Amino acid sequence: MRKLTTATAVALGVLAIGASAVSAEKLTIGLASEPTSLDPHFHNLGPNNAMSVHIFDRLIAQDEKQRLSPGLAVSWMPVDDLTWEFKLREGVKFHDGSDFNADDVVCTMARAPDVPNSPSGYGTYLKGKEVIKIDDYTVHFKTAAPYPLMGNDISTIPVISEQGCNSTTEEFNAGTAAIGTGPFKFQSYTPGESIVLVRNDDYWGDAAIWSEVEFRPITSGPSRVASLLAGDVDMITGVPTTDIATLRGNDQIQLSQGASNRVIYLHLDQFREDSPFVKANGGGDIKNPLLDVRVRKAISMAISRDAIVDRVMEGVAIPAGQLLPEGFFGVSDKLDVVAYDPDGAKALLAEAGYPDGFELTIHGPNDRYINDAKIAEAVAQMLTRIGIKTAVETMPRSVYFGRASRGAEGDLPEFSFILVGWGAGSGEASSPLKSLIHTFDKDAGFGSSNRGRHSDPETDALIEEALRTVDDAKRQELLAAATERAIENVAIIPTHFQVNTWASKKGLSYIARTDEYTLATGVVKE
Amino acid sequence: MTVFIIRRLLQAMLVVFMMSVIVFFGVNIVGDPVYMLVSPDADQADIEAAISRLGLDRPILEQYWLFLKGAAQGDLGDSFIFGEPALKLILHHMPATMELAFSALMLAIVIGIPLGLYAGLYPDSRVSKGIMAASIFGFSLPTFWVGLMLIMLFAVELRWVPATGRGDLGSFLGIESSIFTSDGLSHIFLPALNLALLKISLAIRLTRAGVREAMGQDYVKYARAKGLSTRRIILVHVMKNIMIPVVTVMGLEFGSLIGFSVVTETIFAWPGMGKLLIDAILQLDRPVVVAYLMIIVLFFVLINLIIDILYSILDPRVRLQDQGA
Repeated sequence: MRKLTTATAVALGVLAIGASAVSAEKLTIGLASEPTSLDPHFHNLGPNNAMSVHIFDRLIAQDEKQRLSPGLAVSWMPVDDLTWEFKLREGVKFHDGSDFNADDVVCTMARAPDVPNSPSGYGTYLKGKEVIKIDDYTVHFKTAAPYPLMGNDISTIPVISEQGCNSTTEEFNAGTAAIGTGPFKFQSYTPGESIVLVRNDDYWGDAAIWSEVEFRPITSGPSRVASLLAGDVDMITGVPTTDIATLRGNDQIQLSQGASNRVIYLHLDQFREDSPFVKANGGGDIKNPLLDVRVRKAISMAISRDAIVDRVMEGVAIPAGQLLPEGFFGVSDKLDVVAYDPDGAKALLAEAGYPDGFELTIHGPNDRYINDAKIAEAVAQMLTRIGIKTAVETMPRSVYFGRASRGAEGDLPEFSFILVGWGAGSGEASSPLKSLIHTFDKDAGFGSSNRGRHSDPETDALIEEALRTVDDAKRQELLAAATERAIENVAIIPTHFQVNTWASKKGLSYIARTDEYTLATGVVKE
Repeated sequence: MTVFIIRRLLQAMLVVFMMSVIVFFGVNIVGDPVYMLVSPDADQADIEAAISRLGLDRPILEQYWLFLKGAAQGDLGDSFIFGEPALKLILHHMPATMELAFSALMLAIVIGIPLGLYAGLYPDSRVSKGIMAASIFGFSLPTFWVGLMLIMLFAVELRWVPATGRGDLGSFLGIESSIFTSDGLSHIFLPALNLALLKISLAIRLTRAGVREAMGQDYVKYARAKGLSTRRIILVHVMKNIMIPVVTVMGLEFGSLIGFSVVTETIFAWPGMGKLLIDAILQLDRPVVVAYLMIIVLFFVLINLIIDILYSILDPRVRLQDQGA
């Protein structure tokens, strides 16, 4: 998956289509969610990261399928067990004309985890890594143990100039410090209103086809669609699923769709004998049936992924059988989507000792994922059909995630059966395995989102070994094996992968990205 | 009058303090902002670091005490999400909301009062009945629906004005506002109209009721008998008398225009305080929610005070004094 050649360096998302046409053209994009800052190290959040890609390059770029490709580094490879060597691109200039070199990398890596007042920083990706400048165009990243995910981690860090390293978040927002090497330069930023960027004509990669790009946050879905129809904006993100059919019938509008790295799944309480939202028929206490793998399997078999995709998601989703859609690093080619089999599910329930089922409550957010509350309702209906009488309780994400993560006594998860989603930011399978499947282990930082507290030593061993294995082929095998074991044990129940929809006016289309970013460089003319 | 104003300001401070208790504890009981902020990739240590950085690991009473201490110095806390002082964020978004509320109020007065006057003077004409029927719609149709319909009609079908956003800013007498440019006016027209619809209906009904009542009064008959022109009777004598309820209600409504422009701002992507508030609520940016509510309380108190002062100008019989309690 990693090309270590220096030959063809392709910038992130910059596509050759129409690249020769360098002209004065403006693009206006209506965004569903607005970045909270233009300081690229301030808030590790999707919209912020997407915006910063325009202005700031990374050492390693992620393409539209999150595959790594050379960015400001032309090559990266381990030189020994504990050292990765990055060779930097020469002749690159920042927007202010200064040269890019190793000093910028060193100071970037020092600032990224340590921005004052940052709600959520980039320390997560830089923990245990030491940066050493070897010469002007070589740096070493040292770790205490062999670390295969160096490329993925480093691809999340936007590179700023030495001058920017000494600047405050305010100076970035004002534009004076928003100086990168990326395909666009800062023009203006009015929070809540607009962000305007202009093309960097001296870009080291292929120049963008848009001379000016304006991003306008329009958070209300119907208004965003109306703005596109009215011609206020050329493209919008996050098209509401209810509008997709109508827009498809409009010959002035072009839809662009693509699978995301986000899996929607169900987590089940696998650590409590008396789970708070599992009851015997009639409301009495029972020993938590979700501890029994047969019950978990029955639940998985009772859910018709096709029905969820067709009816609830109006066709705009992909049924899921594992943690990431096919094509990602570390997915297993042996896993199929679990077939819908209510009779088999009933038989399994009976075998486990619950011929008449039990009572259960599913909890989920109602403003986080596409149609989240409706999916929870559909799952509840399907389970009720096999005898597990399921109630639904949904709530705003601001309330939900706190309770789902540590709402019960002793900071334990509060719910018994929940609907959640996971986007693999690193673009490979270790991300969900490490956070969702591995045993909750505070000291090692594993299982931080394992809200069902699934725990299987053998799976853990596979995951940990994968995270030590630098050899790509071997790691792929280990990750696939860990995924297979997790799905076999029904650690979680994946239902579907989200598909994102962008809508543009006729003549434009968007190269859909799995990381859900909206990049001006991905908007192409047809 | 000075004593009156000082007393009212003291009362205002008490109200603001009590609101701070209700708002602070109300907002802090709900939800958990940490999970709204940290990246999903964050591990347990990152999450704990975020909790302690935001001070959420402290007892709530201590958090409130810190808030009060800051508030006394004009610091209502830093936004969790933007890392900037909440007050600064709100003040930054205030001009957009003020110009929207002001434009809506102007529309309400300029459209509502003449129509109400007409309907009051000629209650049996068809036009009047039409006006009254239309005002019922103004009251009863939900703002978000009307807003979307306005966008569909004027922006999507007719393409007369843009659908969303705020236009270019112009400067006049040192005030920066989008109502001083033609681009700005074309942007503000729809949201202002949407926000004003209910107020227009209100102005129509209040004016009509006032006019109908006043026209039967003795002083109007006397003025007629005295031979004053109808024009003078209506514009000077009748209008002056019916203006008190209209000014009171419109004044109070101005507060609600500012405080509750949330729906309109969201639909029209208007970068005002209301949109800031709704985003803050959704993302549980507690300091911004608390600061916003404190400011709105302050607004209402001040507007009430201004209305009282206006009374005394419109009606000399009203004296601004301490009424005992």
